[in-house]
Amino acid sequence: MEQLLQEIVAKYNYWLYIILMMIGLYAIISKNNLIKKLVGMNIFQTAIILFFISISYKEQATIPIIRNAHGPGHVSPEAIQATAYMNPLPHVLMLTAIVVSVATFGVALAIAVKVYGEYETLEEDEIRTRIREKIK
Amino acid sequence: MLEHIPVLLILAPLLAAFLVTGLAWIQSAYCLPLALAGLLGSLLASIAALHQVMAQGALSYEMASWPPPVGIELRIDLFNSLVLVVVSAVSLINLVASWEFIKREFEDRKETFLALYLLFVTGLLGVTATADLFNLYVLLEITSLSAYALIAMGPSSRAPLASLHYVYLGVIGASFYLLGVGYLYIMTGSLNMGDIASLLPAIWSSQTVLVGFVFCLVGVWIKMAFFPMHIWLPNAYTYASMTASRVLAPLMTKVMVYVMIRLMLTVFGAQYIFRVLDLGPVIVWLAVLAIVAGAVMALVQRNLVKMLCYIIVSEIGYMVGGAWMGNQAGMTGSILHLINDALMTFAVFLAAGNFAFKLGELRLENLRDLFARMPLSSAGFVLAGMSIVGIPPTCGFFSKWYLISGGLQAGQHAYVAALLLSSLINAILFMRVVEYAYFGEVRTGHGHHGGHAHGGEMDEAPVAMVACLLLVVASLVLVGLYSESIVSGMIQPFLVRSFV
Amino acid sequence: MDPVVSVRPLLAVLVSLAVVPVLLSSGGRPNVREAWTILAGLIKFGLIVSLVPGVLAGREFSLTLFSFAPGADIALRVDGLGLVFALVASFLWMVTSLYSIGYMRGLAEHSQTRFYCFFAVALSSTIGAAFAANLLTLYLFYEILSLSTYPLVTHHQDEEARKSGRKYLAYILGTSIGLVLPAMILSYNVAGTLEFSQAGIFGAGISPAMATVLLLVFLFGFAKAAIVPLHAWLPAAMVAPTPVSALLHAVAVVKVGAFSIVRVMTGIFGFDLLGSFHLGYPVAIIASVTIILGSLIALSQDELKRRLAFSTVSQLSYIVLGVALLTPYGAMGGILHIVMHALGKITLFFCAGAIMVATGKKYISEMAGIGKRMPLTMGAFFVGSLSIIGLPPCGGFISKWYLALGTLQKQSPLLLGVILTSSFLNAVYFLPIVYKAFFHGPSGGKGAFSVTKEPLMCVVPLLLTAAGSVVLFFWPQLFIDLIEIGLR
Repeated sequence: MEQLLQEIVAKYNYWLYIILMMIGLYAIISKNNLIKKLVGMNIFQTAIILFFISISYKEQATIPIIRNAHGPGHVSPEAIQATAYMNPLPHVLMLTAIVVSVATFGVALAIAVKVYGEYETLEEDEIRTRIREKIK
Repeated sequence: MLEHIPVLLILAPLLAAFLVTGLAWIQSAYCLPLALAGLLGSLLASIAALHQVMAQGALSYEMASWPPPVGIELRIDLFNSLVLVVVSAVSLINLVASWEFIKREFEDRKETFLALYLLFVTGLLGVTATADLFNLYVLLEITSLSAYALIAMGPSSRAPLASLHYVYLGVIGASFYLLGVGYLYIMTGSLNMGDIASLLPAIWSSQTVLVGFVFCLVGVWIKMAFFPMHIWLPNAYTYASMTASRVLAPLMTKVMVYVMIRLMLTVFGAQYIFRVLDLGPVIVWLAVLAIVAGAVMALVQRNLVKMLCYIIVSEIGYMVGGAWMGNQAGMTGSILHLINDALMTFAVFLAAGNFAFKLGELRLENLRDLFARMPLSSAGFVLAGMSIVGIPPTCGFFSKWYLISGGLQAGQHAYVAALLLSSLINAILFMRVVEYAYFGEVRTGHGHHGGHAHGGEMDEAPVAMVACLLLVVASLVLVGLYSESIVSGMIQPFLVRSFV
Repeated sequence: MDPVVSVRPLLAVLVSLAVVPVLLSSGGRPNVREAWTILAGLIKFGLIVSLVPGVLAGREFSLTLFSFAPGADIALRVDGLGLVFALVASFLWMVTSLYSIGYMRGLAEHSQTRFYCFFAVALSSTIGAAFAANLLTLYLFYEILSLSTYPLVTHHQDEEARKSGRKYLAYILGTSIGLVLPAMILSYNVAGTLEFSQAGIFGAGISPAMATVLLLVFLFGFAKAAIVPLHAWLPAAMVAPTPVSALLHAVAVVKVGAFSIVRVMTGIFGFDLLGSFHLGYPVAIIASVTIILGSLIALSQDELKRRLAFSTVSQLSYIVLGVALLTPYGAMGGILHIVMHALGKITLFFCAGAIMVATGKKYISEMAGIGKRMPLTMGAFFVGSLSIIGLPPCGGFISKWYLALGTLQKQSPLLLGVILTSSFLNAVYFLPIVYKAFFHGPSGGKGAFSVTKEPLMCVVPLLLTAAGSVVLFFWPQLFIDLIEIGLR
């Protein structure tokens, strides 16, 4: 038990992202409202973004802007300690991923509007009954 | 100029997409020629790339001159040059074939459709050409986003909902893939495929690498509609506009199969996949399920397009199973089938589109007397169907040969049996369509003396549609007859290092 | 053997395929269309005949069209056996084309252009199967033949045709995909080649159990040979117009099935392997069961074409039986039977069709006395029957003679008994028809049949084939020589 707790605390970022992801997945699977599903989808994507951000974090490190890199009294590249800075690459990647997720969300909302225009509801079970009535 | 070919083939349709969007406001008559020029550009560039790859080995292109692994690399080798040619050719031919259809279905929105179509093709070409795992994710999402929109534009009232369901699953798939890439990044600190491949052997035993691989694999499976993650596919492709399904159905899933094989062979390496992991038998069994389930579900469909969609689900099972067989014959079959299946799915969807152009909804009962009304399109459909069933000399037979050989060599008899079963079911499926099309209204008694009054006069689809169909059908036979050149000239040299 | 690369076999295959566009474009002008069909038939026959002297001189014409895998290319090769089959099929195509004109016009059938086109495609694939150099090529043409004959079988496009068409493809395509395809790929994986050779392809690398399974799968997989219990498609296919039943379901299609089995036994397994694993006898027994059952069922059929169909089922297994004896005489008899049965049976079918055209009668019970109205037709019918029964002076006697010699070589009185019993049964179901046609009949005679004239275009071909049967009794030497070369 003790060990398990330690494990969880030591890797809390992973646990958090998994919990968030599961919340998102749960919403996508079980919610009846199409918008709620979309929100779940967004939570799902955000969980992964957080995961990426968390892996770039280092203790006692700062943002990767090198002080005194230019001008008089600049530090030589050899003197830069990688451990002193957080890894910038995941941040950059996630910038792109955020754009992707925003775009996806936008497209999905637009489609949801179209669905609403078609059936005048966003509740999935109601849409299903409408479709069934139409077929009859 | 020549050294920029890898990036040109992606940029051509991308540029065209932007220009089409802009021109739509000014002079919409130029949109189609522009789009065609863009696609033709990428076709020519991919053929040139294929030529170069054949002559001097893989091409590597550093985006903005940043050398890998820092910069993004495009890498074209024997495997993806072939896929690139197929993707660009199919999208170009489809646009030529479907233009009449697009004009009718979209009227004033046809420029929007064109721009989305071009973006979709850009994404597919990018996914195929890139050698960077994250770049692949971004391009994959460009492809998917344009696919969602293309599907939602469909004429059916059910199209938006089908598209939205695709969005939910598509996003989950892409996110899983991204997560897997994250795990690989943690372990290797790199995103370049070649770089990761050189770093991985030292950490094969790591659980994290395994988790990363599995996440990537599941993500790709969702995107390729591998049973039971196929549920988004049939509705999305059925209710989308026929012109969109014609390009989505052959290309989207097949490019995802390409990504899976690329991950297996180039990133992780056959050694890791088949020796270290030992997942093969399990996945082959999943493939068996996919093949049988797809075939059985196709049997109960009354709508032609939906039936074809379930055949795709079954074919995906062929390719996944072949790729995981763990021997050269299986992998050869899988890659060959990837090319062949893209072409034959394209051919059946072209034919179905021609039918839909004249008939509207493609319920099987609507197809009566089709041979009399649309003889050329029907003949094309039958030949494409022969290829899917796997009758020589069409190409479907030859890839099936390798797949079955691989199954026999690996002792996976269930897979061989499933393949044969699904071939038989495919034969039944196409025969059923042919029966509807050939017999027309059922006549009983001895009405066969004297001429028949046939149900319809000849009423063929427009020339461009028929010509494109016949061109693709002819390519089915040619690709079949020249299978040996493809296998010994491209696939086997590509596989030579993987299976020693 | 002296291999010669030659394009002639390919031309012989392609002639009838090349004529299809011409036929399509002359659809509106029946005379032009049928002139082209007959011309194509003549050229095809001419090309095949031109191969005869070379093959007799010990040459083997071959051509590789497309390579696929080592030992499994798409390739043609003309040897004695293939040439025998091709000669018969192409000769009878010409005759059938002539007959089709009389039959199709006589009954004013619809979609005649489609009929001639698919007939031409079917003939191309038949010759292709005859000239196939390996199992892969044989399979390719076998499948094309299956599909191209579907529109011919279902020509009438009514409910009955739909049902029969379904049965036809279910049996033929189902077995070829479900059985032959995996067996072929397995054979390739075991042997590394599919090239036909007298020594067989397996060598010592195959276990008896595997060989047995493969042989049985091939035997039943080539369902065109109509081995019981996979024979039911053949009677069903009789809904087709009579020229189709005559050429395809007495010669081309069914003989491609039997020929494929012959090829597998002689070229894939080889007599030595079959002999050392004792596989000949079981196959002979299976064939014998088919022979006897087919004859017994034929006895009970009243529809003439169905009786002929069951007779075909039984006769086809003579071919298999002959080869399964694994003796020189047996194989000679079996392969010779491809020729003899073809001429005899096609005559009988032509007669059935001529009766249909002239009187509209399909059932044997209605045919009493018809010989007085159609003496030439029924005379030919009598000759055809003699050939099938195996009585001189008809060709069927020669092949059955060799078959009987084969059983003696094998020292198997049981199989000899099968051949004799079946010949007796043949006589029982054919001769009464002839007897009643000439000596029974409705009193008054004339009133029963409305037709007084025999349709000329139908009668000429059937007299030709009947005469052919007799000619082959006196001069079978060419075929015997070719088969000897083929089996060497």
